[in-house]
Amino acid sequence: MFSSPTVRTSFIFLAIALVGLLFADIAITASNPWRDLGNFFLGVVTPNFFSSEGLLTALLRTVAFAFVGVALGGIAGFLLALVYRSLPVRIFCAFVRAIHELFWALIFLQFFGFHPLTGVLAIAIPYAGIFAKVYSEILEEADPEPGRALPPGTGNITAFLYSRIPDCWVKMRTYTAYRLECGLRSSAILGFVGLPTLGFYLEASFSQGLYSDAGAMLILFYVLIATMPLWVRPKLLPLYLLGAPFFLGDGLPIVWGNVQRFFTEDIVPAPLRYGEGLTGLMPWLTDLVVNEALPGIWNTIVLTQIALVATGILSLLAFPLISNHFGGPLRRNAGHVALVIARSTPEYILAYILLQLWGPSMLPAVVALALHNGGIIGHLIGRQTNSIKLRPDAVTGFSRYSWELVPRVYRSFLAFLFYRWEIIMRETAILGILGIYTLGFYVDSAIQNIRFDRAMVLILVTALLNIGVDALGRYIRRKLALQTMPTC
Amino acid sequence: MSGFDLSGLTASFNGKRVIGPLSLTVHPGDKVALVGKSGAGKSTLIRLIHERVNRDSSLIPQDLGIVNALSVFHNVFMGQLDKHATWYNTITLARPFARDRAEVNALLKSLGMTEKLWTPAASLSGGQRQRVAIARALYRNASVLLADEPVSALDGPMANSVMTLLRDRFSTSVIALHDVELALNYCTRIVGIQDGQIALDQPSANLVASDIMFLY
Repeated sequence: MFSSPTVRTSFIFLAIALVGLLFADIAITASNPWRDLGNFFLGVVTPNFFSSEGLLTALLRTVAFAFVGVALGGIAGFLLALVYRSLPVRIFCAFVRAIHELFWALIFLQFFGFHPLTGVLAIAIPYAGIFAKVYSEILEEADPEPGRALPPGTGNITAFLYSRIPDCWVKMRTYTAYRLECGLRSSAILGFVGLPTLGFYLEASFSQGLYSDAGAMLILFYVLIATMPLWVRPKLLPLYLLGAPFFLGDGLPIVWGNVQRFFTEDIVPAPLRYGEGLTGLMPWLTDLVVNEALPGIWNTIVLTQIALVATGILSLLAFPLISNHFGGPLRRNAGHVALVIARSTPEYILAYILLQLWGPSMLPAVVALALHNGGIIGHLIGRQTNSIKLRPDAVTGFSRYSWELVPRVYRSFLAFLFYRWEIIMRETAILGILGIYTLGFYVDSAIQNIRFDRAMVLILVTALLNIGVDALGRYIRRKLALQTMPTC
Repeated sequence: MSGFDLSGLTASFNGKRVIGPLSLTVHPGDKVALVGKSGAGKSTLIRLIHERVNRDSSLIPQDLGIVNALSVFHNVFMGQLDKHATWYNTITLARPFARDRAEVNALLKSLGMTEKLWTPAASLSGGQRQRVAIARALYRNASVLLADEPVSALDGPMANSVMTLLRDRFSTSVIALHDVELALNYCTRIVGIQDGQIALDQPSANLVASDIMFLY
């Protein structure tokens, strides 16, 4: 078994995670975590939909920010996809998508303040980078034959519209719809930094112990996402897109002086700002790297590796829940609901809730990341097993799982897992804002202390770390010859 | 232009020469059938000729080059994309003009598939897809036809009526055919390809099927 490279790779990652556990801060520090968890679940089963009129507004704002942000990101991403061959464009896209929506929001908050533009750009910019990459991959996969059969002298635009777009249309539409769902999650968590979306009200209800209000919000959010196929219809889309900008709220006006100050003063490293020159810059940078960047990077990597392996284990345990090869329709439907809830809940919200209940440590983050990502991968793998036809006399039960199914889906399972590696790291970094000592923690503290120069350097470090893991993940996938589709 | 004189045609695959060097002169009015066993280089030769004469030819490639997501109408309309402005083509993509609709419809009628005008190409059978590619070449309305096994997926009567149509609509043509009977019946000149070289070049009036068999 160990001669197979996929198995060897799996055990190497498992070993890394186990070593990581020795260093990780895994604990439940709350005085009475199980009572709090019980109260929370009691809140979810006794939701209070009528506590404040703010709830519906928050829902509306969440949808509006998602639509405007994803639409702008989609348009920009499509245009970038057309010139994606150019190396500077690829580097630019990799860079903007390596920075999490919440980091973008934190940056824009500093100079646009609580203006709708902050939330819209925080979604649109990283999404443009993601769209550019995926759209260009889809366009590249289009069948080249029709293009060759076109009459010579056909204009470029006409050729593109007739021979490329139709072939890619369905895939692009599916991916964009999936991104809209992600956009709703992103939009919801923007509330945690103060924008008027669901996260804001969730945090408010939680901090006051109003679990029934928080439960109502979560339920409405699941319903919103689960019913997307019903209300996101091609015919209604223009209506939504034209209407959404009017429902972003007014926020506060932009003070252009702040914008100027941010770029000309705030983000200039302090030693340079105060005229200490390069001699002052070195100690400043050393201090930043030794005391913040390195501990942040270390914690981010440790947490990422543990969360990655936990995600993998959970996915392998979860996929039978929706697989046709086990149990009856009743259990499968229940499995579907469980996995939809797991993947619809933004990991940030899950981590926030668990952190409130269990107290600060890496444990809530690991569980949140594993639940969310394990839900996604488990769902994809489960669906894949449904297309597998077993011989009529195949074994049943656990042997069927371990002999017939896992060996068949293991490669695509690993492909999805390595694909999500970078996503998990991006999330791990951002969870620092909640008080876990990953890079996000140091970014957030620097911003709290109005030291934007340090925050910008740390965000840059985070982006480079993400780009590095993305490259490593792609290298491993290529080495093991693992294929994935982009929609994961 | 409807005839052409090509020399020095060569093609290599994986460093191995599969065609030529050979020369081929096609006079206006020639209806050439390329015959030879599979792998002899017929498709490669069609491709080489197409690269040389490009603008004035209607092409039916072996893999058809059909856009699956577009309707039959749009696939046929693609034959004249170069004759219209970009805005015209773009509007046609969303809502075709009545004149074009009528024209394409008439063309499909001659191929016996009018009822399929708005069917996406993805849901057509192999024979129907081939007829869409033929309709596109007819719609293109060039003076020269370059076709690679254009009737391979059609049944006998349909193959004959399509070959008649192609013979009547194009004054000059080069058609790769594995069916020797069709080649003799619908073409005026038979060019036999063997090991990437021309092994036979005769008016079809001088030949009977058994004269060609040595190629296979």
